[in-house]
Amino acid sequence: MSRSGSGQTDPSRGTYIAVITNRSTTLVIRGFMLFSIGVFLALVLNLLQVQRNVTLFPPDVISSIFSSAWWVPPCCGTASAIIGLLYPCIDCRLGEPHKFKREWSSVMRCVAVFVGINHASAKVDFANNVQLSLTLAALSIGLWWTFDRSRSGFGLGVVIALLATLSTQLLVYNGVFQYTSPDFLYIRSWLPCIFFAGVITMGNIGRQLALYECKLMSEKAHQD
Amino acid sequence: MTVRERLREKISAAFYRHGLLCASYPVPIILFTSASILACCYPLLRLPLPGTGPVEFTTRVRDYTVPSHEPQGDLGERPDWYRGPPVAYIQQVLVKAAVSPWDSTLVPVDVFRSPLGRVFSLLEEIRNHVHNDGSGVRSLEALCLQVTDLLPGLRRMQTVLPEHGCLLVSPGNYWQNQRELFDSDPDLLKTVHQHEPKGLHTSATLRDLLFGVPVKHTGVSLYSRKRVVTYTITMVLGSYDARFLSSLRARLRQLHPSVNCSLREDHMVHVHFKEEIGMAELIPLVTTYIILFAYIYFSTRKIDMVKSKWGLALAAVVTVLSSLLMSVGLCTLFGLTPTLNGGEIFPYLVVVIGLENVLVLTKSVVSTPVDLEVKLRIAQGLSNESWSIMKNMATELCIILIGYFTLVPAIQEFCLFAVVGLVSDFFLQMFFFTTVLSIDIRRMELADLNRRLPAEAGMPPPKPGPLRPREAPPPPRPSPYTITLQTPAFRNLRLPKRLRVVYFLARTRLAQRFIMVGTVIWIGILAYTDPAGLRTYLAAQVSEQSPLGEGGAGGLPPHLGGASVFPGAGGDPASTLSVLPAPAEPTPLPENQSQGHHGAPREGVPHQAQAPPLVPQISWGAEDEEGWRRLSFRHWPSLFSYYNITLAKRYISILPVIPVTLHLSPREAIETRHPQDTRHPPPPSLKTNDLPADLTFIGTYGEGSKQVINPPSLSRVAALGLAAGVLLVLLLFCLYRVLCPRNYGQNGVAHGRRRRGDLPCDDYGYSPPISEISPLLLRGHSMDIECLASDGMLLASCCLAGQIRVWDAQTGDYTHTCHNLGGGTEPGGGVFDEDEGYPLRRRTTPRPALFEDQPDLTPLIDTNFDSQPPSHLLLTPPRDGFDFGGLVERAYLEHEPPSPGLTASYPSPSPPSGPPPQRRRSLGAVWAMELRGNLIAAGRSSGKLELWDAVEGSLRCSNEDGVSGITALAFLNNRIVAARLDGSLDFFTVDINKPLGLLQYRGPPGRSNIPPSPCYSSEDVISCQLTRSVQCAHQKPITVLRAAAGRVVTGSQDHTVRVYRLEDSCCLFTLQGHSGGITAIYIDQTMVLASGGQDGAICLWDVLTGSRVSHVYGHRGDVTSLVCTTSCVISSGLDDLISIWDRSTGIKLYSIQQEVGCGASLGVISESLLVTGGQGCVSFWDLNFGDLLQTVYLGQSSDGQGVRQLVVLNNAAIVCDFGSELSLVYVPSVLEKLD
Repeated sequence: MSRSGSGQTDPSRGTYIAVITNRSTTLVIRGFMLFSIGVFLALVLNLLQVQRNVTLFPPDVISSIFSSAWWVPPCCGTASAIIGLLYPCIDCRLGEPHKFKREWSSVMRCVAVFVGINHASAKVDFANNVQLSLTLAALSIGLWWTFDRSRSGFGLGVVIALLATLSTQLLVYNGVFQYTSPDFLYIRSWLPCIFFAGVITMGNIGRQLALYECKLMSEKAHQD
Repeated sequence: MTVRERLREKISAAFYRHGLLCASYPVPIILFTSASILACCYPLLRLPLPGTGPVEFTTRVRDYTVPSHEPQGDLGERPDWYRGPPVAYIQQVLVKAAVSPWDSTLVPVDVFRSPLGRVFSLLEEIRNHVHNDGSGVRSLEALCLQVTDLLPGLRRMQTVLPEHGCLLVSPGNYWQNQRELFDSDPDLLKTVHQHEPKGLHTSATLRDLLFGVPVKHTGVSLYSRKRVVTYTITMVLGSYDARFLSSLRARLRQLHPSVNCSLREDHMVHVHFKEEIGMAELIPLVTTYIILFAYIYFSTRKIDMVKSKWGLALAAVVTVLSSLLMSVGLCTLFGLTPTLNGGEIFPYLVVVIGLENVLVLTKSVVSTPVDLEVKLRIAQGLSNESWSIMKNMATELCIILIGYFTLVPAIQEFCLFAVVGLVSDFFLQMFFFTTVLSIDIRRMELADLNRRLPAEAGMPPPKPGPLRPREAPPPPRPSPYTITLQTPAFRNLRLPKRLRVVYFLARTRLAQRFIMVGTVIWIGILAYTDPAGLRTYLAAQVSEQSPLGEGGAGGLPPHLGGASVFPGAGGDPASTLSVLPAPAEPTPLPENQSQGHHGAPREGVPHQAQAPPLVPQISWGAEDEEGWRRLSFRHWPSLFSYYNITLAKRYISILPVIPVTLHLSPREAIETRHPQDTRHPPPPSLKTNDLPADLTFIGTYGEGSKQVINPPSLSRVAALGLAAGVLLVLLLFCLYRVLCPRNYGQNGVAHGRRRRGDLPCDDYGYSPPISEISPLLLRGHSMDIECLASDGMLLASCCLAGQIRVWDAQTGDYTHTCHNLGGGTEPGGGVFDEDEGYPLRRRTTPRPALFEDQPDLTPLIDTNFDSQPPSHLLLTPPRDGFDFGGLVERAYLEHEPPSPGLTASYPSPSPPSGPPPQRRRSLGAVWAMELRGNLIAAGRSSGKLELWDAVEGSLRCSNEDGVSGITALAFLNNRIVAARLDGSLDFFTVDINKPLGLLQYRGPPGRSNIPPSPCYSSEDVISCQLTRSVQCAHQKPITVLRAAAGRVVTGSQDHTVRVYRLEDSCCLFTLQGHSGGITAIYIDQTMVLASGGQDGAICLWDVLTGSRVSHVYGHRGDVTSLVCTTSCVISSGLDDLISIWDRSTGIKLYSIQQEVGCGASLGVISESLLVTGGQGCVSFWDLNFGDLLQTVYLGQSSDGQGVRQLVVLNNAAIVCDFGSELSLVYVPSVLEKLD
């Protein structure tokens, strides 16, 4: 790395290219991991939501996993990959690297809390939608405070959550997509908070992955 | 001092005292904690065990009313689920039908065709039954549970299960309840079978559902022994009408009286079903648990620096789990019954409570100074973390409190549990985990207490203040001139992971215990869920044995008592004859026509068997009373689930069965016969020779029925076996992967790959306590050091400039400033600048004499070998030392040993002054140098061999017999062997013209294991004679020359190694085996010879026989260096790999990857300590495990020159070159450990 900065000769350019390609491959790997995590979480959480409305499952479970539109999990996966790559990038741009609780155990905790929020929204019966919204909002912000605590994370989370909710609403109005639940208000009160929590979680994972990569890179630089 | 600070101080002090308490009385505290855990968990015993088995509750039929929704106070044993109306009432009509008397003209199909045919008329009867009393007309249509569509996935069942109407199932459903279809069905069994699912099925099958009795009890089989067909007509009623039901019962009884039936009809059973955990619900649950385990894994992975990592991890998990149990127990104690699904919220609770505090505690405690007492360490660790623990706890409590105010009941309950769990977790952390930690730390310290005790004894008592400020984290990278010594505990015996796993398993007998516990649990589950009718069996046993039990069996005919043990034999009157289990024994067989009919072979032993009864008797037993019990407990849920009705957390009421007995005459059976029936079931073909000779009719039937019935069970067994086999293979594979490393023979790679300088520093910025040792820099050479030689006492170095400097290598106490070779006898030796001969400063402090036994050379010696690291004596310029440089070039030219007279002529202010002897650079660079005793043998590129007096710095003699440059030298006893560039080998003898008695031996006795070298005094005349010259020792230049144990070994570019005897310079062996030039040779006193070549191969030779012991390819590229210990061979190569080989087997133990361009220098300090040179540093490795112990940085800049040469001195010091400097590193702490 250090050589690549100053180099004009061919070999140094070669190493520079090597570094670049290395970076892009790790980027792709990272993106793929985030994508698969996103798809998996989307499937599982979708299942949780489906359970709320169906008292008993028909014997063929597998079909119920894919009961919603086929393109929803890939969309979630892509979104999570983008978010997971965006977070460390923004950290880098802002020049304030995220230092808070950079451990895998903390990330796992974050994911568990996220699933728990989904679980609660699916299983717990709330008196009304306002209560549901408030509770979920409090839980999401608690998640952010516990595991993130960065302004950029909060801002990005809010922006993405709003955008996602908006786009979902648009999709619904255009009839591309339908909610599984007949209760429309329920979904609307539920969606932004879940989006926010999901953004925070994916950002956390993405940052942790990026940290790992950073470690690798710095090691390599050391070696050079 | 603010309130906050005061609070903080108070908390800290409290924690400190608490830590002291915990560490002082570990056992009582652990006992107390366990007792309190048990006490808090005691209320849990009252909670029902979790399980999916249905729960029953029996009420009387007579005064039955639908229970109300509201709980009505205390109603005795009434369970809390018994509220509101049930999902459905189940009314079963149990039909037992037989053709009697059995006729020889009847075919097996007749056993069940006509009895089954009667179901249609019965159905008709039931459907049309109308009860008419004053309040109105009731029919089944009005009462029954109306069902709609089947679930979409069950299209194939549409033909057999009712839709859009009454849920009324019977065997007639197979034929759409139409008699015509039944009559025209050529093969009834096939019709029944075609709806059976293929393969394994655990829940109720369609056949169970329609027949209402287990398959083997239906009697619908060609090989039925009893010839009694049993089936039920199941009515599912939506509402309960006692009068209608009783009228139906009376009507059926009147139509088909059951003579000997005395079933109890006064109890109805309510069955409550637990929540079904389906696959779909399991997936999120499993996901959360996986996340939970990942969390626990990642958390406990961070525990380090303790005696037993696994033990502490276990303690941490136990802490969290038992705090959860305690919270549930406490909540139950105070009357809060948990309504949440425990399995679902459990992972979230664990995550909320978290393992963080425990880990933080551990970190904090292990980061306290190791030399403190255990008690104080615990106390300090606790008090260091007290504030953050309290802060975290307060924050979490606040968050949970906020959650409590969401006013959602479920969340409130969760929060309540979490609060209690947090508090009990805190309690457990403080008492249980801290104590366990103290025990662990104590164990760890006991391990190396023996060594440390003297050092600790002299230590002042540690700071008593409860408020020891938190230590600043040590710098992540040690500053130059420091070496980092890890705590001794870190170097504790560390077995490879797989061995530890195996040992752990072996030590704790874990496998056996797991199996035992598993068996117990399995048996418990079996008994709990009661799938095999175990309870019925036991009840029957009891009722059979005690006459009191007859009350439970009602007015049973006494002869049925024994039969009820085996429900399958319930209708078999034969079994009533004997107490023995009837079906297991072949019963005696009277002569019977049916034998002839079936043509079964019976050779002479018919009398032991019993014929099927001539008149099939229909009997009613206790087991018929509640025949549904024999069905799978998923029977009813699956029936209802077909219509998308869940029974989870709901209950159904099962009404007493209505018995119906049908006796059909043979004539009727024959009339209803289908034309194909007679020929359809051919008599089972028997391979008589395969069967035992005493097989009889029944035997064949039994065999036949086995053949027919067994296939499904056989396939089941086969599938199970296959699954088990696959599982076993997978398990073995996993075990293999765990136990055997992927790269076989390189098991050390995992930790061997640890980079140098990579200290075990974790995320908390904690790194183990370090003790610092400075390497001693010996400066003085102006150019890079070329040669380095030492005999343990002295150290000679030669630089590219041709200077030879001699240093004292012996001084262990490096804090003294200089290593004044020979200067010890000279008070106030001067320091000369080699260029001007001008004294810069004069030493005034007299040096203690180093060698008392030497002659006083004070007047003769004028040289000073001072060398002072600048860190110790900053005044001295870094160029001092014993200078053999170019000052007295003239003297050198005259080949005169410098004499005192000559030296006196030099201008020098110091009274005993003399010119430092010098050498001319023009004579060629010194290519090889050896040091023995006082003599330095130097081989020059010009081919000249010179002998210098190391003490005086004077040239004693020289030899210019050869012209080719000397590439390597060996100096052993009084012989010098010189290898030359042209491949020749010259043997010189050093003669001392002096009686041997005057030879002095130097060196502290016992300190070194090499023979003490003779000490030549300056008065001796030393001559060096060429005794033998082997002109063509090798065809190509000699690269390596080693001498030990009376042998001289040379290695050359010509791929061979030669062994010479030192005494007579006789070539003993020429060792061939390398396919490249020899680059490294090792030989030691024990006659071990190892050689490494440019081909990367390493050969071990037997020096006595000249045979090759082993030959391995270890490196890609040259082998640059080779060292042996008694057990292993260490090699380094151009591929920057250090490989450690087992010496006896030649198997690679592990390898260490070094950084690129690292020096190839190696040294072994002891059996287990390896030192390698690197870029500006030297590293110490534990040879046993390949662990990096420490890295010593030699200079300020880490990118300094590599260490090319490394000499291990006998006193566990090492000397290495570092550019133009020498570095002397003492490893005292390592030495301590080694001794």
